[in-house]
Amino acid sequence: MLIKKATDIPSSEITSESLYRNRREFIKAASATLGAAAIGSILPAEVAAAASKYDTTEPKTPLANVTSYNNYYEFGTDKGDPVINAAGFKLRPWRITVSGMVKKPATYAIDDLLKGITMEDRIYRMRCVERWSMVIPWHGFPLATLINKLEPLPSAKFIKFQTVLDQDQMPEQRRPILHWPYTEGLRMDEAMNELTFMATGVYGKEGPPQNGAPIRLVTPWKYGFKGVKAIQKIEFTDKMPVSAWMEAAPNEYGFYATVNPNVDHPRWSQAMETRLTGGIFDQIRPIKTQMFNGYTQYVEKMYSTLDLRRNF
Amino acid sequence: MIKVAKVLVFLLCLVPFLLLVRGVVLTMRGEFALGANPIETITHSTGDWILRFLLITLAITPLRALTGWTGLTRFRRMTGLFAFFYSILHFAIYWVSKFGLSWTEMWQDIATHLYVTVGFLGFVLMIPLAITSTKKWITRLGGKRWQKLHRLIYASAICGVLHYWWLVKLDFTYPLRYAVVLAVLLLFRMWTVVRPRLQTKGG
Repeated sequence: MLIKKATDIPSSEITSESLYRNRREFIKAASATLGAAAIGSILPAEVAAAASKYDTTEPKTPLANVTSYNNYYEFGTDKGDPVINAAGFKLRPWRITVSGMVKKPATYAIDDLLKGITMEDRIYRMRCVERWSMVIPWHGFPLATLINKLEPLPSAKFIKFQTVLDQDQMPEQRRPILHWPYTEGLRMDEAMNELTFMATGVYGKEGPPQNGAPIRLVTPWKYGFKGVKAIQKIEFTDKMPVSAWMEAAPNEYGFYATVNPNVDHPRWSQAMETRLTGGIFDQIRPIKTQMFNGYTQYVEKMYSTLDLRRNF
Repeated sequence: MIKVAKVLVFLLCLVPFLLLVRGVVLTMRGEFALGANPIETITHSTGDWILRFLLITLAITPLRALTGWTGLTRFRRMTGLFAFFYSILHFAIYWVSKFGLSWTEMWQDIATHLYVTVGFLGFVLMIPLAITSTKKWITRLGGKRWQKLHRLIYASAICGVLHYWWLVKLDFTYPLRYAVVLAVLLLFRMWTVVRPRLQTKGG
C-alpha cells in the first residue's frame, strides 16, 4: 500500500535528487555570484545557463546513477570501480598539449585554454555500446569554440584526443587491457558539429573525475566509448586516428561508432536499450534504440556518402 | 540431524535470492540498493549464482572422494536444483527486460547471437536434469541410464562459462575464475575415469 502511494506522485513534482543534494552548493554558488556581480565579474555559467535547444525533455538519469556507473577502464573494468578509484584524482593543475596541423601548437594550462569560453549545459541522451543509456545534463562548451580558437590548418582532416597517462593515479593503466593512453578521434566535420561538446562536468558544475573531468568529449549520436575522458593531448592530423577500441577489437569497434539500431555488434543486438532512470520498473521495458541516438537531423548530412554498415 | 542440515543448507542457498528481493524492495522505495542499473545487477547476480551452484554441484563427488565424507552427496540434488532455480530467474529477467515478453524477438536473439545461444543451451540442458531429479525417476530410468543423462551437467556448465566469456568486452578476469575451477573439476573426473583403466591394462 505504501508503495502504491508513492507512485501516485508524478515524478515531475519531486525535487530531483541532484538539486536536493546540491542545495547547499547552489546557495553557495548563488551568493558567490551576487558578490562577484558586485565587483563586476561575469555571471558563472551554472547559474546563468539557459536551456539549450538541443536538450531532450526525457527524464534525467539521477546524479547518483550518473556518477556511480562508469566505463572508465583506467580506474577499473567494473562500472562500479571508477566512483571509488577516481575519488582522489587531481583535476588541477592540468595541462593540455595541442599539436599537429594547427596554427598555435603549444602546451596550455587548462584554465588559460578555456579563458573566455562561456560554459553552458546540454541535456543529451548517452547510448552505451553495451545497450544501456542515460540522459545526462553535461556542463561545458561546444568543441567548435575551442577548435576555432586553436585555428587548425586546412590540411587537418581529423582531430585526435588522448587521455592522460598517469599510472600512479590511474592504477589500471598498469594492466594492458587496452593500449594506453586511451585514444579517440573525430573527422573535422564531426568535431565542428553543433552537437559535439567538451564537458568539464555534469549537473551544472565541474567534475566529478569518474565522469571524465577535468575535460572530456561528448558526441551524443555516437556510442559512449567515443567520449574520451581526462583529455591531455589534442592533435590535428590528416590521418584517421586509430582509437583504443579499434586497436583492441577492430571487428567489433570502428572509427565512426554511430548509434545504429540496424547494425548489430558482432556479439549482440543493438536494436533495444535499457534506459537508466533510477527506477526499477521503468527499466523493465526496454526502449527502441533510435538511429543516430535520435540526433539524425543534426548529423545525417555528414554520413550521406558513407556506408554505415561497413563503417560501424 | 541430516534433516536439520538440509533445512540450513536450503536457507543458505536462498540467501542470494532474498538479498535480491530486499534490493528490489529498497530500490522501489527510492534507495540506491542495486546500483545504477538494477536489472543488470540482478541479471549478473543470478548468472553468477547459476555458475557457482553448478560448480558446487560438480565439486561434491571429488570432495567426497578426497574427504571420505559420504554425507555430502545428500546435498547434491538441492544445489543442482538451485542452479536451475537461479537460471529460471536469469532467463525470465533476460526475456522480460530485453524483449518485453516478445517471443519472436527473443528467438531471433537466441538464434543470431552466439553468447545467447550457448547460454540458452546451458539452461535447456538443465531442464531434463531438474525433471528427473526425483528418486522415482532414478528407479524409472535405472541408475546407469540416469547417471549417463545427468552427465549433461558438464555440458551445461561449459555452456555457462562460454556464455560469460563471450559476453565480456575485454577483461576476462571474472569468467577466467569460473573456467579454471571448471577445468580442475573436469580434469579430476577424467583422471578418475582414466586411472582405473590404465591400472587394469597394466595388470
